[in-house]
Amino acid sequence: MHIDKYERNWIRLAGGMLVVFLLALTVSAFFLGIQLPGIADHATPVAAAGGEFDVNRGWVRELAPGRYEVNMRARVWAFEPNEIRIPAGSTVTFYIHSDDIIHGFKIQDTTVSLMVFPDVTAMATYTFEKPGEYPFVCHEYCGAGHHFMSGRIIVEAL
Amino acid sequence: MSQVAAKQYEMPRSERNLYLWFIGIGFAHLMVGLFLGFMQGMQHAGIDLYRVIPIVRHYYQGLTAHGVFNVLVFTTFFIAGFLLFATGTSLKKPVPLRLGWVTFWVMTIGLALTDYAIFSNTSSVLFTAYSPLQAHWTFYLGLALIVVGTWLQLLIVGRMVLDWRKENPGQRTPLLAFGALTTLLMWGLASIPLAILFVGILLPWSLNLIPGVDVLLNRTLFWMSGHPIVYFWLLPAYVSWYFMLPKQVGGKLFSEPLARLAFLLFIPLSLPVGFHHQYVDPGVSEGYKYIHAILTFAVFMPSVMTAFTVLASLETGGRARGGKGLFGWVRALPWGDQSVSAQLLAMVLFALGGVSGLMNASFNMNLVIHNTLFVPGHFHLTVGTGSALTFMGVVYWLVPHLTGRRLFSRKMAVLQTWLWFIGMAIMSRGMSWAGMLGAPRRTALGAAPYFMEEWVLPSWFTAIGGIILTVSGFMFFFNMLGSLWLAPKGQKVEVPVAEPLIDEGARMPLWLDRFTVWAGAAVLLVAIAYTPTLVRLISDASFTVPGLSPF
Repeated sequence: MHIDKYERNWIRLAGGMLVVFLLALTVSAFFLGIQLPGIADHATPVAAAGGEFDVNRGWVRELAPGRYEVNMRARVWAFEPNEIRIPAGSTVTFYIHSDDIIHGFKIQDTTVSLMVFPDVTAMATYTFEKPGEYPFVCHEYCGAGHHFMSGRIIVEAL
Repeated sequence: MSQVAAKQYEMPRSERNLYLWFIGIGFAHLMVGLFLGFMQGMQHAGIDLYRVIPIVRHYYQGLTAHGVFNVLVFTTFFIAGFLLFATGTSLKKPVPLRLGWVTFWVMTIGLALTDYAIFSNTSSVLFTAYSPLQAHWTFYLGLALIVVGTWLQLLIVGRMVLDWRKENPGQRTPLLAFGALTTLLMWGLASIPLAILFVGILLPWSLNLIPGVDVLLNRTLFWMSGHPIVYFWLLPAYVSWYFMLPKQVGGKLFSEPLARLAFLLFIPLSLPVGFHHQYVDPGVSEGYKYIHAILTFAVFMPSVMTAFTVLASLETGGRARGGKGLFGWVRALPWGDQSVSAQLLAMVLFALGGVSGLMNASFNMNLVIHNTLFVPGHFHLTVGTGSALTFMGVVYWLVPHLTGRRLFSRKMAVLQTWLWFIGMAIMSRGMSWAGMLGAPRRTALGAAPYFMEEWVLPSWFTAIGGIILTVSGFMFFFNMLGSLWLAPKGQKVEVPVAEPLIDEGARMPLWLDRFTVWAGAAVLLVAIAYTPTLVRLISDASFTVPGLSPF
């Protein structure tokens, strides 16, 4: 069968371009640490069953200076907690779980973007360097009041 | 040589009606979906039409209809009519009409159930139907019947090709039938997980026969079919671009072997890529997400090949028409032909849609745009233009061919194609822009308390683009109604069938005309890409999460 010379080169060029893109993604994911959620993330907040930090409620707690843990609950159509205050430079680990159907959890201007399920706990960690207000929204359709489901993280200047 | 077939086969009235009904029902639903899309665009710009125009109760009921009608009903019904027609024409064989009409009624009964489910607001779950959002049982059964209809088409086309081969030993399957069979075979394989999900899990669950669902298992089954379905929408457009459009512009198919290879590559490569829709799902391993990212990049390749072969084929036409210089052949193409302008403009936006699709598929980059308006900004260029505008371009000659009447207005048709192109370019720009700024998709943004100042201008792009698209869509619709009933009888419109530039004849390798090995490769790749995850999800499955219908 006949394949035109230009077409052969075009296919090679396009294939090469895709390989370059993939390498860049690989470096950013596995060497620079911009990672997607995986199986290992079905975790519950560290040692937090019962008492003040019951996993069945939403809360924020400080683990160490500049280290926070958030147990976030999502349900139609609210997040709990829906307002979080932390100092700038804090690293926050979010554990999030749904009480009913699928929701989403996206913090604007960050790399935190998660699907939130009723039978799995999702986890994401982010360091908030810049002070300011970071709105978070549900970004998976969850019924007639979906567009009301939101909250905010207030990062206070030190 | 595949010359114009229609001369040798006088199509019975019942067969023409079959195709016209498939296409007509598809486009009628597109018009309803399009109008609901217009209402969504206006809502984003702060103008709430849902109180004024009571065809749906709220944004999300309208959005469910918009999605189901435009990408499930319109596409599937048009494709049924087009591929059955193309197969019969190409093989110069009558399509088995009884089975054809059975297919039609199975799909139409399914559609009636789906329409009921949507308009009763009992199933406002959007076309992804993510459980535990629960729809009425008619929604699941209706859509499942439409899928069964696509399997019946595979049966029809597969039988016709096998019969043709027996009658024509040693010859390669004619191109249109080859494209039709590739499309239906790929989708036949790819739709199995969706059928299991809808019939085996969601339907009994909606009838309270099983108490609950496993969320992640259901999502995984959905996306096993939910990404390949986009190639089911795309390949019929490729059938036209590769095997018909070159003839319409006075050119030839530049490279037949690579055209066949591109089609066949879609059979294995379309399937094992579903996790790129689940990049931010907890509970799917990052390693398998990465494998799916690589495979998604691989399925970009046949489209890259298409870009070259189709453009080179167009160039042979432009040069044959006297076009000179590096780009002079582009001007020389018959832009005044509404079917040609529709398809050329569809290609331009489809190319941009390919680029944004690659961005969506780019593994951790997906964190930025996942479930934002960037995603509908992407697929309105691909299925919303690459497929939809091409299908309109096909209908512009196919309906006159089937009815024997002229097109009602050629000028209005050419203008319509340009308006679709301009409207979609503006709307998609608005959506992609808002998405980059974090605006979530599938959200009644106009009523959202967190609506950001910086989303205002992009939302106006979306609304204005949507208005232009609606005008374009209704121009198409009225032109078609006029062509069906008002236009005078005209000369017989011939079916454009492209000839290859180089007739390979028997030199064409046999493996470019055999399907089993490609289907086997598909099964193997799916097994590699999915087995460990599916085994884990099934063995851990709890079927405990109850349904909720908060709409």
